[in-house]
Amino acid sequence: MTVWVVVAVVGVATIAFKASGPLLLGRRRLPAHVAGVVALLAPVLLAALVVTQTVGGNHRLVFDARLAGVGVGAAAIAARAPLPAVVVAAAAATALIRLAT
Amino acid sequence: MRTVLAIAATVWFFGASFGLLARSSGLGILAPLVLSATTFAGSAQFAITSILGTSGGAAAAIAAAVLLNARYVPISISVASLFHGPRLRRLAEAQLIVDESWAISSHGGGRFDRRLLIGAGLILYASWVTGTAVGVVGGSALGDPKDLGLDGAFPALFLALLVPQLVGPRAQVTALLGAGIAFALTPFTPAGAPIVAASAACLLGLQRRGQARQP
Repeated sequence: MTVWVVVAVVGVATIAFKASGPLLLGRRRLPAHVAGVVALLAPVLLAALVVTQTVGGNHRLVFDARLAGVGVGAAAIAARAPLPAVVVAAAAATALIRLAT
Repeated sequence: MRTVLAIAATVWFFGASFGLLARSSGLGILAPLVLSATTFAGSAQFAITSILGTSGGAAAAIAAAVLLNARYVPISISVASLFHGPRLRRLAEAQLIVDESWAISSHGGGRFDRRLLIGAGLILYASWVTGTAVGVVGGSALGDPKDLGLDGAFPALFLALLVPQLVGPRAQVTALLGAGIAFALTPFTPAGAPIVAASAACLLGLQRRGQARQP
């Protein structure tokens, strides 16, 4: 029962979150100063995702094999590897370091 | 296209591991599937699973998941202009917004590709739900997703998608600030809150523009 309450509430909330921009704003053009803020959302949220997915834990920083994955991924990016290669290299590095430690 | 398929494969395995984890945490078979079909956001679903699985209450699970998914408010605002037509259609199409589909459809400078967002979103949705289904039914054969290093692949993916966005000092400074906020808050807040708080770094865009307009 608890499970279904969680599923329902989170499902409805997430659907509303995802639809908020397209439903409330639609095709209306944003004022220039707001557009300047929104244009920066992608780099900021991506940077935050990189951090939280690398060292994020619940109420703590966790430094583990993911760091190796991101490090190897960064090297692959610097070497201009295609994106699928970056993802595979990062997964392999994470798995290997985890296996070795 | 190759990129989308590579991400879809990763998402599929992640969906399968979610299904497996949810099943073994006592969430049953149907609830994880419904959750994947409606919520369609990995991190929140994993948070729910781990909280309910460790006998945390419904309120804690809901709070964590809602906090994690609150980032979809700014994300959906950033792509709002791509959606048109009747409200119901916009509501439905907006559900295809997920971190990965949003990130690969971004061309930088606030421009997004609608076809990529919707196309990738559909493929990733199918991967996520079928992955979940396989996971809840027979996931134990797949092994532990951590053994495959998938948790290290996602931050690398986001890093690869971030790099082309870092054009110009303003994007670089705000991204660095956002990363700093996320890092600094992580020890003190539940997962999810640092990402939402980091989006405040975008306000630099507001200030700089205001300053630039002054003679």
